[in-house]
Amino acid sequence: MDFDWALLGFGPEGWGMVLIRAGGMTLVVSICAFMLGLVLGTLCAWARIAGSRWVQRLAIGYTVVLRGVPDLLVIYLFYFGGRQVVAAVGTALGFEGPFDISGFVAGVLAIGLISGAAQSEVLRGAYYAVPTGTIEAGRVVGMGRLTLFRRVIAPQALTTAIPAMGNQWQSVIKETALISVTGLVETMRQVSIAAGSTQEHFMFYLAGAVIFLIITSLSDIVFRIAERRSLRGHQQGHA
Amino acid sequence: MDTEFLSGIFLKLLTGLPLTLNLTALSLLGGGMLALLLNLMRASRLGNTIAATYVFVFRGTPLLIQIFMIYYGLASFDAVRSSFLWPFLREPYWCGLLALALNDAAYTSEILRGGLRAVPQGAVEAGRVSGMSRIMVMRRIVLPLAMRQALPAYSNEIISMLKATALVSTITLLDVTGLARAEVSATYRAVEIFLCAAVIYLALSLLVTRGAGWLERRLSPYKFGVSA
Repeated sequence: MDFDWALLGFGPEGWGMVLIRAGGMTLVVSICAFMLGLVLGTLCAWARIAGSRWVQRLAIGYTVVLRGVPDLLVIYLFYFGGRQVVAAVGTALGFEGPFDISGFVAGVLAIGLISGAAQSEVLRGAYYAVPTGTIEAGRVVGMGRLTLFRRVIAPQALTTAIPAMGNQWQSVIKETALISVTGLVETMRQVSIAAGSTQEHFMFYLAGAVIFLIITSLSDIVFRIAERRSLRGHQQGHA
Repeated sequence: MDTEFLSGIFLKLLTGLPLTLNLTALSLLGGGMLALLLNLMRASRLGNTIAATYVFVFRGTPLLIQIFMIYYGLASFDAVRSSFLWPFLREPYWCGLLALALNDAAYTSEILRGGLRAVPQGAVEAGRVSGMSRIMVMRRIVLPLAMRQALPAYSNEIISMLKATALVSTITLLDVTGLARAEVSATYRAVEIFLCAAVIYLALSLLVTRGAGWLERRLSPYKFGVSA
């Protein structure tokens, strides 16, 4: 078969603009989910490093559960389960249906929660890689906990964490394709719609794959630059 | 808490377990063999480029798009429709399995590559000196050492594949997730049903973690009292 490339262009028949917008949506969802994951991951790593026994157990439980359950199932749980809960609460409060929740919110919450579990492991490992001597030195010169974290722990831990965090970001991008099941129009959903309406399935899924490849490769470059910059000031061969 | 409903759902979801396990095992098998092949290809320059491109493409795109591309996309080629492969590629099961195996191969080949790189050159030389052929060195020295080295990372990959099989539910297959989805459309009790399914996956991945931990201890030389 021949591909009708005009369908991917920017003409009146073309889906080009629509696909670019969908790619932007993928990026926005990914950034929101990654940031949520970073917050949850930091809290969870903190809980496991310095928490009381119960807090530690809670944090371990969170990571074990979220890493053992399929991402798709978590998204289903948040989207369909969330709808069920909202409907139940809404009816109890005397509102009239139909109730619906946003696929964007459910998706970001689900992916953020999954990513948080993975990021907490990365951050915990990075914390333990910080030489204890530097932390002690900070305490000795009289730094408070927050100053110590901001000026001693965070700069050193983030440097070690950058490559692994890059991998986490890549998985978040790919996981957002699953949010398409909620009907949110990101790249995956948009190419499915285009494929269905033009019957050019292969071409549009290929285009979707290319959009994802562009996003993942560009982020790879960004993370590499960040890694190199973060290593400035370190002695060569003495990382 | 409606225990009768929950146990009924639980039993119903368990009927999807054979398909989930079947897809996990076969995609790991197929992916593993392909991963080995990809690593052997890396010996030549052209092969190295091909393998690197393969890994780049399959790791850089979501599995869902790969599944859809094979299931919906390949059917738009007349050449595929008229080929002897069509009876297979028409079936969602074979398309899902193919996508999972191809995807797994990309990740496993990187894990294996790390393991191969960790094999000490001295061990290989010792094998060559004692008169082993290249194939025998591969079979008796390189692969066992590389596999032991790669085991911790590989157990994570097994869990990833177990979780990835849930995506085949999007192409109408009734694995644990697919059955859960169908039950939700029938009863509208999403929270209970999806939590039930989550428990099944969680139990499986804990089993894999435990099993891999056991195997790791079993395969650690110091456990046999052998000095390294």
